[in-house]
Amino acid sequence: MLCRHLSRLVPILVLVVLGAGLVGAVATPSALAAPFRVGIVLDKGGKDDKSFNAAAFKGAQEAEKKLGVTTKILEGRDDNSAEPMLRSLADKKFDLIIAIGFSQADAVKKVAAQYPGSHFVLADAEVKAPNVESLMFEEHQAAFLVGMIAALSSKTGKVGFIGGMDIPLIRRFQMGYEAGVKHANAKTQVIVNYVGVTGEAWNNPPKGKELALAQYAGGADVIFAAAGATGSGVFDAAEEKKKLAIGCDSNQNWVKPGFVLTSLLKRLDLAVFKTIADAKQGIYKTGTTRYGLSDQGVDFAVDEFNAKILSKDVIAKANAAKAAILAGKVQVPDYYKLAHTK
Amino acid sequence: MGEHLLDLAAATLRLATPLLLAAMGGLLSERSGVINLALEGKMLVGAFAAAVVTLATGSPWLGLAGGSLAGILLAALYGVAVLPLKANQIVAATGINMLAAGIPPFVAKILYDVTGSTPSIELAHRFVVFPMGLALVAPVALWWVLGKTRAGLRLNFAGEHPEALAAAGVSVARVRWTALLAAGALAGSGGASLSIFLSSAYSRNMSSGRGFMALAALILGKWRPLPTLFACLFFAVADAVQIRLQGLEIAGLGKVPVQFIQILPYVLTIIVLAGFVGKSRAPKALGEPL
Repeated sequence: MLCRHLSRLVPILVLVVLGAGLVGAVATPSALAAPFRVGIVLDKGGKDDKSFNAAAFKGAQEAEKKLGVTTKILEGRDDNSAEPMLRSLADKKFDLIIAIGFSQADAVKKVAAQYPGSHFVLADAEVKAPNVESLMFEEHQAAFLVGMIAALSSKTGKVGFIGGMDIPLIRRFQMGYEAGVKHANAKTQVIVNYVGVTGEAWNNPPKGKELALAQYAGGADVIFAAAGATGSGVFDAAEEKKKLAIGCDSNQNWVKPGFVLTSLLKRLDLAVFKTIADAKQGIYKTGTTRYGLSDQGVDFAVDEFNAKILSKDVIAKANAAKAAILAGKVQVPDYYKLAHTK
Repeated sequence: MGEHLLDLAAATLRLATPLLLAAMGGLLSERSGVINLALEGKMLVGAFAAAVVTLATGSPWLGLAGGSLAGILLAALYGVAVLPLKANQIVAATGINMLAAGIPPFVAKILYDVTGSTPSIELAHRFVVFPMGLALVAPVALWWVLGKTRAGLRLNFAGEHPEALAAAGVSVARVRWTALLAAGALAGSGGASLSIFLSSAYSRNMSSGRGFMALAALILGKWRPLPTLFACLFFAVADAVQIRLQGLEIAGLGKVPVQFIQILPYVLTIIVLAGFVGKSRAPKALGEPL
C-alpha cells in the first residue's frame, strides 16, 4: 500500500525538483577565490526588466569590472523567496548583501537582525538597523521634469500616466509628474491608470498595452509608464498608434527608438556601484543615503535615440526647471511627506 | 459614443483571446475527466516558445505552431504523471506550473544570455487579428464536436462514466490522452497570443494568472463551450470597462479609489456565480484515475 503511494509521488517529486533546479540555475555563476563578495537579491522583475532591476544589475557588473569584486545575482520568483535568499547569502558570509526593491523591506529587517555581523543594503525602502544602509531616490523631482517634457511635447493637451502596482512609491512618481505637467501648462490634462494592486502588475505587458491604447484613444499623446516590465506594453501601443511614451528607471530610449520621448533615470546603477566601492574600502554606512537631482541620482535621458523627437527648446526648459528646483525656487510636492502629514 | 463602444468591443475581444483559448483547453481536458490546473504553466511556455520561434523565423504562424507544440509537450509530461502513473492531479499540475516558470529563463539564458524577457519582435512579424478569430471559432467548434460527434460522446463518457466507456470497448486512456494533448495545444496557443499578438516579446511570468482566470470562466460556464465563451467575454468586458473607469469622478464622492474599480470583475463574478448561474456541476469522474 505504502509502496503504491510512493510510486505516485515519484513523478511529482521529480517535477518539483526539476522546476526548482531550473529556477536556481538562472543565478549568474561567479568566479571562485575572489576576495570581496557581493550578493544581490533582485526584485520580482528580474535583471532583464530593462528598467529598475536592470539598473541594479548594470551597477553590479560595473563593480565587477572596475573594482574586481565578485557578485552573485539572485532572482526571486515571488515576494516570499527574498528572505531565504538573503539568509543564504548571509550564511555564506558575503561581504555585502544588497536587496533591490521595497518588497524586500520586511525580509531585510528580519534577516539583518538575525545576522548582526553581515552588512545589508536596501534599495527603495527604509529599514532602521545598525547593519543596514537604505538607498533612497528623490523620484518626484525627476518625475516633475518628465511631466514638463510630456506637457511641452503634447499636441493634444492631454498626457497619460500608467503606474504599475498601486503603492506609495508609484504615487510619488505620479504626484511629481502631475505637478510638472501643470507647471509647464496649467491647462494640460493628465489621465491616470494603474495596472493592478499585486506584484503581478510589474509583469503584465498585454495589460499595459491595453491601458495605453485606452489612454491614446482618450486623447493622450504622451504617456509616462512607471510600471517595470509592463512598460514594454506601453511602448508597443505607442509604436502601433504612432504616439509617444516615456520610460522609467533605466534609460529605455533605445527600446523603441522614435517612440520613447525620454526616460526618467533613477541611477540605481550609480548607487549600487558607489555602495560596493565604499564597502570594499571598509566603509559601511547605516541609515539612509539619498540620491537626487543634485548628484545626478535622478534625471531625464537625452541620447541619440530621442534626439529627433525631443526638441532642444523642451530640453532647455526642463534644464531651467532643474536649476530652479535645485535653487529652491520651485517646490516639487513629495507624496511621502504629504502622506505622513495626513 | 459609437466610437467608444467600438473601442471597448475591440479591447474586450483582445483581452478575451488568451482566456478563451486556455479555457477551451481546460474544458477539453476536464470534460474527459482530468483536472487541469496546469493551464497557467502551459500558457507561459507557449508564450515563450512562440516568441522564440517567431524571432528565429520571422513568421508568427510558425511561432503559433511552436507555442502550441510547447503546450503539447508540457501536457504530455503532465499526462505521463497523471494517467499511467496516476499521480494526484492537483499536486502534479502544481509541479508542472513550477517547472514551467523555470523553463523560459533557463532556455533564454542559453539563447539570448538574458533571463527575463526575449528580444522584442518587430511589428511586421506579429499577428494583427488572427488569434482573436481562432479564439472565437474554438468554442463553436468544440460545441459542435462535443454535441454532435461520436468523438464528443466518448469524451463526455470518459468524464462522466468511464466504466461504461471501457465496457463498450473504448480505451478511456486514449480518449483522455487525446483531450489532454489538445488542451496543451490550445493553452499553448493562448500563451502564444500573449507574446506575439498582445505584446511584442515574452516577458517574465507574463501569463499573470490568466490560466487560473480561464479555469474560473470554465466553472462559471458550467464546463460547456458556449456558456464558457460568454464567461470569458464577461471577464474581458469587465476588465476593459475597469480600465476606462479608473480615475472616474462620481458627483458628490470625488475620485473613486483605483482598488474599488479593480475589484469590479471579481465582485461581478461572485455575484453572478452565487446568484445567476445556479449550480455549476463538474464532470462526475473529474480527477479520478481509472
